[in-house]
Amino acid sequence: MTTDAEEIFPCIRRWKESGRGVAIATVVQTWGSSPRPEGSHLAVNDGGEFVGSVSGGCIEGAVVTEALAVIADGKLRTLEFGVSDEQAWEVGLACGGRVRVFVERLE
Amino acid sequence: MKWALYERLQAATAAGVSVALITRLRDGEQSLFDGEGWQGALEVSEAERAAVRRMLVADKSGMLAGSQELFVRSYARAPRLIVVGAAHISQFLAPMAALAGFEVTVIDPRRAFASAERFPGVKLVEAWPDEALEQLKLDATSAVVTLTHDPKLDDPALIAALASPAFYIGALGSTRTHAKRVARLTDAGLGDKAVRIHAPVGLDLGGRAPREIAVSILAEVIQVRYRGE
Repeated sequence: MTTDAEEIFPCIRRWKESGRGVAIATVVQTWGSSPRPEGSHLAVNDGGEFVGSVSGGCIEGAVVTEALAVIADGKLRTLEFGVSDEQAWEVGLACGGRVRVFVERLE
Repeated sequence: MKWALYERLQAATAAGVSVALITRLRDGEQSLFDGEGWQGALEVSEAERAAVRRMLVADKSGMLAGSQELFVRSYARAPRLIVVGAAHISQFLAPMAALAGFEVTVIDPRRAFASAERFPGVKLVEAWPDEALEQLKLDATSAVVTLTHDPKLDDPALIAALASPAFYIGALGSTRTHAKRVARLTDAGLGDKAVRIHAPVGLDLGGRAPREIAVSILAEVIQVRYRGE
């Protein structure tokens, strides 16, 4: 588990220290088959750059969009993606699972 | 997440200390827990704290069982097994534990015991156990096993281990030997903590050969890691 922290932590620090807005998205719950386990992180800066992964690709775009909103207004968001969710078809969580992603701003 | 807490989290993982980050999803309040010290604005019950510790030890992340809003993220390093005493059993235990995914260190101040010939490829520390354990900074994903049969070496190691958040502490020796050991630890003011020591060490698999005892010790360490005490 430390491996993905090793990947994203230095990046988050660099962004923060250079004055960028930063949000951290974390998979907090999964149901069924999900490509990334609970605890997986995706870090996003206010320019839309991101590191890490919460799904192996299929929902990253949507999470980045929400993360930009979190950076802008500072409000926490808990997102759900899955086959039972209309949005899932749009974002294409093809793997048949459902995930809950928590997004917070680094203050 | 507050920057100050983030810095603590990054410092802990950089220093090789296993920590859990606990988040209340409703309001984003957070704390860090290393199995011993709790840092941060979020407070939880004693029972919840114990459950967080179990998740950290097993390197598990997810919603806290029975909770709708507490999320635990474990940032755990690879589990460590510290073997005190370069004994015959240790010669089997060290490579077996390494195969099972543990970072293994064997500590023994006696040069003739802790030799590279007897422990090829194993990290050996030739020092007194208490000093060596101090340097190793035991954390919540560390296990310590004493195998020297000598209280002069085992006791200081156990005292150091009992002062740490190590998830497993085991000591070789019969029930009678252990009773004497507990009496000595009680004299040292550690009577209430001595219950953490697994003795006789290992699951009772029936085998008495050194290699079989090594299996029983490793099995117990893994069992405690995932199933708790």
